[in-house]
Amino acid sequence: MKPRYSVFSLARNAMNYHKDWERAWRSPNPKAEYDAVIVGAGGHGLATAYYLAKNHKMTNIAVVEKGWLGGGNTGRNTTIIRSNYLQDPSIAIYELARSLYEDLSQDLNYNVMFSPRGVLMLCQTQHEFRAFQRTAHANRLAGLDCRMVTPAEVKEIVPIINDDPNCRYPILGAYYQPRGGTGRHDAVAWGYARGADSMGVDIIQNCEVTGIQRDGGKVVGLETTRGVIRTKKIGVVTAGHVSTIMDMAGVRMPIESQCLQALVSEPIKPVIDCVVMANTVHGYMSQSDKGELVIGGGTDPYNNYSQRGSFPALEHTVAALVETFPIISRLRMLRMWGGIVDMTGDRSPIISKTPVDGLYVNCGWGTGGFKAIPGSGWVFADTIANDRPHPIAEPFGLNRFQEGRLIDESVAAAVAH
Amino acid sequence: MLVVKCPVCGAEGDETDFHAAGQAHVRRPATYDPAHVTDEEQRDYLFIRHNPKGLHFERWRCDRGCGKWFHAARDTVTMEFKAFYGITELPPAELMAQAKGTWAEYFANRLKAESSKESGA
Repeated sequence: MKPRYSVFSLARNAMNYHKDWERAWRSPNPKAEYDAVIVGAGGHGLATAYYLAKNHKMTNIAVVEKGWLGGGNTGRNTTIIRSNYLQDPSIAIYELARSLYEDLSQDLNYNVMFSPRGVLMLCQTQHEFRAFQRTAHANRLAGLDCRMVTPAEVKEIVPIINDDPNCRYPILGAYYQPRGGTGRHDAVAWGYARGADSMGVDIIQNCEVTGIQRDGGKVVGLETTRGVIRTKKIGVVTAGHVSTIMDMAGVRMPIESQCLQALVSEPIKPVIDCVVMANTVHGYMSQSDKGELVIGGGTDPYNNYSQRGSFPALEHTVAALVETFPIISRLRMLRMWGGIVDMTGDRSPIISKTPVDGLYVNCGWGTGGFKAIPGSGWVFADTIANDRPHPIAEPFGLNRFQEGRLIDESVAAAVAH
Repeated sequence: MLVVKCPVCGAEGDETDFHAAGQAHVRRPATYDPAHVTDEEQRDYLFIRHNPKGLHFERWRCDRGCGKWFHAARDTVTMEFKAFYGITELPPAELMAQAKGTWAEYFANRLKAESSKESGA
C-alpha cells in the first residue's frame, strides 16, 4: 500500500525539499500470464483496470500501452464534463461518469481538480433552441439538474459574451448544466494509474501490441514488442487505433479515425468561469486554472492517423469564438495539437463483447470521451469481470449496428462534446 | 492542409474547395440482391469501415469547381495523395495490388466483370 497523499505528507516532504516523494506507480516487466490484459493506458483503460481491481477483486491484471500512459486523447482533450445528452442510454452512462467525478479525488486520493463550474450550451438559431428544449425535457425526465436560461442570464453568467441581437448568430438562450464543468485530464489518468498500481495492477508502458493469439474462437494471448503475454481476457481500449488492433483478431469495426484539434491561448486573468459551447458556429471555450483559454472545435472531415490537423478547421473554430467573444480577438495562441478520435456512425460509444470469446472492446467515444472516463471504466470492468454486458453498457453493444438500434447523438451532440 | 486535384475538370485547390465523403468502393448489397440482404450485409454497407492506418481509398466532391464526385487514394499517416481517379474508374494497378479485405474483393470482382465483358464483345 502506498503512503496516502495529504497535507501532512506535503509538509513532511517539504522539509526534505521534496526529494523523497515515492514514484506514483511502478514500471514492471510483463509477467508470462495475467487473468486479464487491458490494451491502452488512457483514461478509459486505466479506469477499467482500477475498477476491475477495486470492484471485482481482479488484481492479477495488466495494462499495456504502446507509448506512455495518458499520452493519447486523455492528454489532448478540452476536459469538459457534462451529462446532458438526449437519449436515455447516453444520459445513464454520462451521468454515472459525472457523478463519479464528484468525489473521484477522494476515492483515488489524487486531486483530479474536478471543477463543476457549469456548462452553458448556447442556442444561436431557432432550430437549436428547440432542439435543446427537447433535450431539456428528456433530461428533466431522467432527473438531471439542468435548465434552459434566457439571454439575460447568459450575459450574467458569461459577461464577455457578445449579446448583440443583430449579429449573424444571436444568443437566443442557452441550455445550462450547473454541475457540469472541467477536470484535470492528466491527473485523471495519473490518479487511476496510481490507484490501480497500488492494488497490484501492472502498468506496462512502451509495449505495443502486435498480434492477438486465438484458439478456436477464444483469446489465448497477446503478442507484444515485449514478448508474448498469455491471457484469457483482453479489453481493447485504444480509441483512434481500435480498428488496427481489432483487425488483428479479425473483427471489423464501425469506426472512422479522424483528427480533432484543440488549442490554448497565452495565460490571462480570469475572464470566464464556466464552459461555453457554441454548437452552431462550432467552438467551445473555458479557462484553465493557469489562465489559458482552452479552445476546441470540430474534427477534420477525413480519415487521419497523423495527430496533426489541418489549418482550415482551426481557423474555423477560432473565427467562431472571436465572433462569440470579441474580447479574445487579439489574444495569441500558445499551443495547438491534434488527437485521433474514433467516430461511430451514430456518434455513440461501443462497450461490447465481440464475436471472439474473451475479447472485449470499449471505443467509439469520438470527440467526447474524457467526460465519460469513470463511468466507462466502471461498466467495462463489470462487463469483463462477469463476461456479460453491464446493464448500462448493454445498449452500446456492437450488435446495435445490425439491429438498427442506434443511439443517435449526432444531432444532440453536434460538434461539441 | 491537403491540396486536392479534381480528375474531372482538373481544378486544383486546398481541401476547403472540396468535400471529403469517406470510404470509397463500398458495395451496396441491395443493388445486387435486393431480395436477400441480411442484417449483417446491411450493417457492413452502412457502418463497417476499413479505417486503415495507411492506404485509404475515398470519395471526394469538387465543391467549388465542376461539382462532380471523384475518387482518391491517400495515405492516412503521411496524408499524401497517391492518385485521383474518376467515380466509375478503378485506382492504378499498383495501388489495387496493395488493397486488402473487401477492397481487394471489390477490385477483383470489377476486373473480372470487365474482362469477361471485353471477351464477350
